[in-house]
Amino acid sequence: MKPNKIGDMKEMRVLSPTAILGYGFPMESFNEGMKRKPHVIAVDAGSTDPGPYYLGAGKSFTDNNSVKRDLAIMIPAALESGIPVIIGTAGGSGGRPHVELTLNIIKEIAKEQGLTFKLAVIQSEFEKEFIKENLREGKIEPLAPAKEITEADVDESVRIVAQMGEEPFIKALDGGANVILAGRSYDPSVFSALAIREGFDRGLAIHMGKILECAAIAALPGSGSDSMFGYLREDSFVLEPLSPVRKCTTLSVAAHTLYEKTNPYILPGPGGAINLHESTFTQIKDNMVEVKGSKFVPTEDYFVKLEGVKKVGYRTISCAATKDPIMIDQIESIAQSVKERVQNNFEHYGITDFFLDFKIYGKNGVMAMFPNLEKQVAHELMIIIEAVAPTQEQADTICGFARSTMLHFGYEGRISTAGNLAFPFSPSDCKVGEVYEFNMYHLMKVENPADLFPINYIEFNKGNH
Amino acid sequence: MEYKLRDVASVIRSKNSGPYELTFDIIFKDVEMFNKVKAAKAINNKMFAELYEIDQSEIIGLVYFEPAKAVKITIVRPFPSGALGETDVYGAQQHAPLMNMKFTL
Repeated sequence: MKPNKIGDMKEMRVLSPTAILGYGFPMESFNEGMKRKPHVIAVDAGSTDPGPYYLGAGKSFTDNNSVKRDLAIMIPAALESGIPVIIGTAGGSGGRPHVELTLNIIKEIAKEQGLTFKLAVIQSEFEKEFIKENLREGKIEPLAPAKEITEADVDESVRIVAQMGEEPFIKALDGGANVILAGRSYDPSVFSALAIREGFDRGLAIHMGKILECAAIAALPGSGSDSMFGYLREDSFVLEPLSPVRKCTTLSVAAHTLYEKTNPYILPGPGGAINLHESTFTQIKDNMVEVKGSKFVPTEDYFVKLEGVKKVGYRTISCAATKDPIMIDQIESIAQSVKERVQNNFEHYGITDFFLDFKIYGKNGVMAMFPNLEKQVAHELMIIIEAVAPTQEQADTICGFARSTMLHFGYEGRISTAGNLAFPFSPSDCKVGEVYEFNMYHLMKVENPADLFPINYIEFNKGNH
Repeated sequence: MEYKLRDVASVIRSKNSGPYELTFDIIFKDVEMFNKVKAAKAINNKMFAELYEIDQSEIIGLVYFEPAKAVKITIVRPFPSGALGETDVYGAQQHAPLMNMKFTL
C-alpha cells in the first residue's frame, strides 16, 4: 500500500505552461506560475487529432524549434526549483521515432545550458509479435465503433502505441528522474502522476489533469498558447489562469469538460473512468474555479488503449477552380466522367489500383462525410483532385491525367472552349507523400501497467551524458 | 414559439472524440432556455439524425449536461479520421447544419 502523505502535504500545485508542447506560452504567464511554487511542471505533447499520418510516418505535427523553445525554458526553471518536468506523448504521437525526436532536443538543451539532471525515457511502442500474442490470448478488444482485428491487421500496421496511465510516471519518479520524457500517454497522466504518488484523490487528480492538459483553453478568452495553474487539495481542486486577461469561469471549466469527449459525465482512461455525476463547479474568485466531487471508478481489469496505423499508399493533389455557371451546374457528372476516362485510359496499362477523388469546395467540400445533406452551390468552386496509389509515381500519373482530362473535358453545352480550370499554382500538381489510415483503436488487458512500458535512465552531467 | 439554435446558443461546435467518433456540443446562452429545451427534449436523436441524414443507430449518445448548460451529441464518425475520402481531419467544421436548426417550444 502506498503511504498516504496528505498528512504532510496539504496541496499539490501543478503548472501547465501550454496546451501542446511547442504551442508556446508568454514568459509573463510562466513566471507567474513559477512564483506560485509548483510541485511539478507537466505538458502534453501530442494528440490523434492531426490524423494518422504522423504516427505512421514517425514525424511530429509540432515544429522542432517551437518544441525546443518551450523546453529550453521549462527544464532549467524546474531544475533550479528542484521540481520534476513531465512530458507525455512525445513528438505528437509517442512512437519510438517521436520519443527520439524530443530526446535529441533535450540533449541539445542540456548541452547548450550545461545542465545536470536525471532523465527517464519511457517507451510506448510495441512489437507486432507482442500485440499478436495478446490478441491470441483474447486480451485485445475493439473500442467501439472500431472493428474487431485479426493478426493480419496487426501485420498491416506500421506502428502501434499504447496509452500509459500514471503508473510508469510514478515508477520513474520513484527512480529519481528529474525530467520524464514519455511516449504515448493518457493526456491527464502527466499532471496527475505526482499527486497520485503523494496520496491525493485519484478522481480529482485525473479530472484536474483533464483540464490542465489543454492549459488556458479552459479559460475565457481561451488560448492554446498560454498557461494554467492547478491547486489540488484533499477534497477539491482549483484552477487559475496565469494571464491577467483570462478568467476561469464555472461555465468555461464545465464547458471544457465536454470538449473532445464522448460523454461529459463519464471520462474513461487507463484502469478506470472518472465519474462527474456529482461534480460541482464553484466560482471562488473572479478568475478561479473550484471543482469538487469527481470520482475515480476503477474497472475490474486494467485496460490500456492501443493506437495503430497502416500505410495505404502515396498521394498527389491538384488544386483548380471554376466560375463557369454551365460547368458548375454539371460538376458532379463532369467529375464522374473524368473518373471513368482515367480508369479506362490506364486499365490495360496496369494502373488499376488507385483512389481518385474530387473534393468540391463551394458544394460539399467541408462536409463530404455526410453525403446526403442538401448541397447549396456557390458561384465559384474549388476542386481538389486527389489521387492515392501504391507508388508516388502512379499517384502522380493518375492525378496529372485527371487534371488534364478535366481541363479540356467537353461537357454538355460547353461554350468556354479554351480550358475548364483556373490553376492558382504552377506546377499545378503537388506530391503529398505517404498516406496512412488508422487501423487499430483497441483496448488491451494488462496485468502490470507500470511494467508494460520500459523505462531507461540517462544521467546528464553539465550537459554531457 | 419557434427558435433558431444559433440565436439561443453561445457555442455550437463539432470535433473528433478520438479518430472513430464525432461529437457535437451546444452550449446555451442562459439556464432558462437550457431547462426548457431539456424539459421538452427539443433536441433529440430523431431530429439530429434527420438533420444530418444519418441513421439513429449511428448516435452513440445525446446527453444534457447541466454544469455547462449544454447538450452533447456523439455519433459514429462516418469513417475514421484521415481515411480516404476525408475532408475534415479534426472534425471541427461539421457543425454548420446545427446553426440554422429550428425547434419549437
